[in-house]
Amino acid sequence: MNTELQNFIEKYDLYGCIQCGRCTGGCPVTVRTNLNVRRFVYDSIDEDALEELAKLPEIWDCTACSTCAVRCPKGLKPLEVLIGLRGILVLEGQVEPTVRDALESIFREGNPWSKARATRSDWMEGLDVKVADPETEVENLIFVCCTVVYDPRVQVTVKNLVKILNKADVDYAFVGDDESCCASEAFNLGEEELFEMMVEDNTELLNSFKAKRIVTISPHCFNAFKKQYPDLKAEVLHYTQLIGELLEDKKLEFTKELPQKIVFHDPCFLGKQNDVYDEPRFVLSQIPGAELVEFERNKERSLCCEGGGGKMWVESDSKLERLAETRVKDAHALGADVLAAACPFCILTLDDALKAKGFEEEMKVSEILEIIGDLLEE
Amino acid sequence: MNNNKPKIGVYVCHCGVNIAKTVDIEAVRSYAESLPYVKVARNYSYMCSDPGQLLIKEDIAEEGLNRIVVASCSPRMHELTFRKTLAEGGLNPYYLEMANIREQCSWVHEDSEEATSKARKLVAAAVAKARLLEPLEEKEVEVEPATLIIGGGIAGIQAALDIAGAGFKVYVVEKTPSVGGKMSQLDKTFPTLDCSACILTPKMVDVASHPNIELLTYSQVEDVQGYVGNFEVKVRKKARYVDIDKCTGCGICAQECRLAGRIPSEYEAGIGKRGAIYLPFPQAVPAKFTIDPESCLYLTRGKCGKEPKCVEHCSLGAIDFEQQDEFVEFKVGAIIVATGYDVFDASRKPEYGYQDYDNVLTSLELERLVSASGPTGGEIVLGKGEEAFVPKEVAFIQCVGSRDASCGNEYCSRVCCMYTAKLAHLIKEKVPDSNVRVYYMDVRAFGKGFEEFYDRVRREGVRYIRGNPSEVFKRDGKLVVKAEDTLTAKPLEDEVDMVVLSVGLEPRKDTREIIDLLRLSQSSDRFYLEAHPKLAPVDTATDGVYLAGCAQGPKDIPDTVAQAKGAASSALILLASGKVNIQAQISVVNEATCRGCGYCVEICPYGAIEMGEVNRFGHIVSVAKVNEALCKGCGACVAGCFSGSIQQKSFKDRQILPQIAVLGVVK
Ligand SMILES: Cc1cc2nc3c(=O)[nH]c(=O)nc-3n(C[C@H](O)[C@H](O)[C@H](O)COP(=O)(O)OP(=O)(O)OC[C@H]3O[C@@H](n4cnc5c(N)ncnc54)[C@H](O)[C@@H]3O)c2cc1C
Ligand code: SF4
Ligand code: SF4
Repeated sequence: MNTELQNFIEKYDLYGCIQCGRCTGGCPVTVRTNLNVRRFVYDSIDEDALEELAKLPEIWDCTACSTCAVRCPKGLKPLEVLIGLRGILVLEGQVEPTVRDALESIFREGNPWSKARATRSDWMEGLDVKVADPETEVENLIFVCCTVVYDPRVQVTVKNLVKILNKADVDYAFVGDDESCCASEAFNLGEEELFEMMVEDNTELLNSFKAKRIVTISPHCFNAFKKQYPDLKAEVLHYTQLIGELLEDKKLEFTKELPQKIVFHDPCFLGKQNDVYDEPRFVLSQIPGAELVEFERNKERSLCCEGGGGKMWVESDSKLERLAETRVKDAHALGADVLAAACPFCILTLDDALKAKGFEEEMKVSEILEIIGDLLEE
Repeated sequence: MNNNKPKIGVYVCHCGVNIAKTVDIEAVRSYAESLPYVKVARNYSYMCSDPGQLLIKEDIAEEGLNRIVVASCSPRMHELTFRKTLAEGGLNPYYLEMANIREQCSWVHEDSEEATSKARKLVAAAVAKARLLEPLEEKEVEVEPATLIIGGGIAGIQAALDIAGAGFKVYVVEKTPSVGGKMSQLDKTFPTLDCSACILTPKMVDVASHPNIELLTYSQVEDVQGYVGNFEVKVRKKARYVDIDKCTGCGICAQECRLAGRIPSEYEAGIGKRGAIYLPFPQAVPAKFTIDPESCLYLTRGKCGKEPKCVEHCSLGAIDFEQQDEFVEFKVGAIIVATGYDVFDASRKPEYGYQDYDNVLTSLELERLVSASGPTGGEIVLGKGEEAFVPKEVAFIQCVGSRDASCGNEYCSRVCCMYTAKLAHLIKEKVPDSNVRVYYMDVRAFGKGFEEFYDRVRREGVRYIRGNPSEVFKRDGKLVVKAEDTLTAKPLEDEVDMVVLSVGLEPRKDTREIIDLLRLSQSSDRFYLEAHPKLAPVDTATDGVYLAGCAQGPKDIPDTVAQAKGAASSALILLASGKVNIQAQISVVNEATCRGCGYCVEICPYGAIEMGEVNRFGHIVSVAKVNEALCKGCGACVAGCFSGSIQQKSFKDRQILPQIAVLGVVK
């Protein structure tokens, strides 16, 4: 047997588990799929069972929201057992074509969307963007997520960010053409080797700049840089933290009114996994005329939208209501005009759900950057 | 006895198989025999046993030994044992040297050859030092026949009554206005369902009325100086703003107070209210009122209407806003720390919604809710006025803040399984048509009568569901417990009216205060550390200071009382003997070479060194002086002294340098 497999017990501290059930108890997808992550922690102790376990379709239902890991009283990361099982399939080449393509694209083109590397900076066209050079010191090095770069639905976020940075006279620079995927989704899809390679390359690239801080747009890059890139030199921030600072220091002000009811959905990779709850709310609270409301399940008890954990490339078999739909329904019931989030994956997932529920007329799903970009004085 | 020429006896212990299975005992013994000045070398299965000690005593008598080396365990374990053996054999007890071939050899090395070779070296080093040892005299000091007890919960109360009952003076210092501690807040007590107040109140009254006990409530220890047998204590009696000689406890002031019913009551765990002037609870001892300086209008704003209501209505003129904190000082021989615990702050686990939802309660709040003396008179009702209702669907969540690395508490709190069974029983008793379920991960019913009680409560219809919930949220106005039934492997969302969080026991937030006062240590769970987890569970590393109750770790009332009695017994041994030997291996200053820099004064963690003066060839110069009673022989000053003018007895340079040289460490 592969040594990888024999490492399960130690790697995931399987004997540390007391079978309390908090992981499965908290797992958001249990209401619609068969996933029972505790069972996987339990069953994986038998290394002969691993191959069989890896064949169970529900290992692909995990969204890597990490609720299980946050709640585990013994410090295990149950989701990583599922990721380990995905890894067995990746090694054997037994994954869906969509997954295979995404991984291959990360390897070849530095993004999971099968887009040409050469087009990575196309979004900058016509904009006044500062790009980093290794010789010049910079306070904020901006790292753009692959999804933001290539997906037309969310590209507006980075464009608005540029507007804001220029307006507030921030000392910033974008990474530019050499930027590559943070590979957090490669990790979640089970491709650990590729992930390690990307960590090494990206660390070298990012450390080559004289930057004090790295600011990410996606909470997924943010989380990866903070937790899985041990050798990064600069401090890592999410853009909501940077904008929060600008507002607090009065370097930025929203001048236009937005008389709308906004409800904020906590991205798991920002909230639950990194305890960033206040900054996005603070940014929204600074919008003149806006009324902020809260989901019943918010902050530490927020409900995952199912956008992470590789779910962009794997569909679940479940016919039951998707969590993003539950979220949209709850927002609608609150009478919200805008369902806001601060994550490209959340936006894509929630937007789909909005359409599925047919609420497009009454409500919008918007990235915070999307909202605030229009509130500045021209 | 002829001490001129060293005659050394070496005794190599097997410690059963602890040492013998790794170290070649015979090889060590025969090697020892070959060392200079060694007259006899023997081995024995357990040197600490009677026959083992007898070997030493016989050899002293028959072979004329005058230095003894025991190669066995750590001196922490048995140095005192063997010193006594020497004394019984007629030798000065400080002619003993130990070589630790257990903790330093057999327990830490797997390779037998290496362990044996290291054991030989350690023995040779001990022999090298042994021949240079000097006899020391232990000084005796008198013990002040009084005890200070910090904390007036059931632990402090029990220890105080025992010591006072034995005829010694006790000072009980309690921070809050009344003694009683957490036990006074409980309704019934598991597993026997005794009414807590009924068994506690008589003891509280006894503490206040016992002629040997001086009760200082609403007070706090400010300073402790001195050493075992002779502690000097300073206590701050906080101003109550009520003259307790005049106050009869009638309570009219509390009824009339402008803030009556508006301040969260500590005793009611926040679910009931009091005024700014208050008696914590009806059976409080002493039954004297106290004004809370943090809420009182007069004290915080200088004005309370035209005249403070309390002043207006107290016909005895007991209210005194001019009152100041007072200080009392006294001497004691022993100190017992019985400061108890805090319950885990449930808002540190936000996923359970404690801070968001009114109907998520902690167990301590439920204790007050089910108590006949509580804010609802013991009726289980939630909500106020129109919205009041009797919860029918009740879920307990176990291990909130216990066994949980995610909030830094890895230990089991020991009482929550049983108090949950008790509270579940009380709910079933008061609301028979309620459905009570307990979400648990393990049920720990280890004490006397516990398993039987757990059996009884289940048969009363309390459902135990094996799965520790992950989250509580609201859907359509109902509380939802999100969990997994791990026995059926089914995730579930359970709609209930009330959630009870079985919060664990934590070290008090002000733990630091006592640590700084008494130089105590904490174990990894942050409770106070006992001297030995098995054999000295009530002692601490500070001589004359003992622990009782939950200050040392979570425990129930039976264990608390047992431990309090243990601490009382330890203190009594000291008080009854009336004398205590103080450390003999203390530091000595060479006044002829001391440069008077005073660095050692700063270094000494026990404040045992002061600067004094001597006449050196007609000049008055400043030199360090060691207070022999305070010196603990830690050696910090020795290592710190720039001029090498301090030496520690039994560890003088000329004694330990040859020892180190044998170990092959080249200077
Ligand atoms: C909800 C709940 C239910 C329980 N039910 C039961 C039960 O049914 N049966 C059972 O056996 N056990 C029960 N227990 C456990 C029980 O409460 C403890 O065993 C007991 O209270 C321990 O007593 P103690 O004196 O050690 O500590 P405490 O009761 O905490 O008393 C400590 C005292 O010291 C005082 N103090 C603290 N610091 C200082 C200081 N620096 N200076 C002066 N004074 C200070 C405090 O004010 C307090 O009065 C329960 C516990 C909880 C939380
Ligand atoms: S939460 Fe942790 S300890 Fe509990 S069952 Fe899951 S993995 Fe095991
Ligand atoms: S990461 Fe989230 S979705 Fe995946 S198993 Fe854990 S709780 Fe469930």
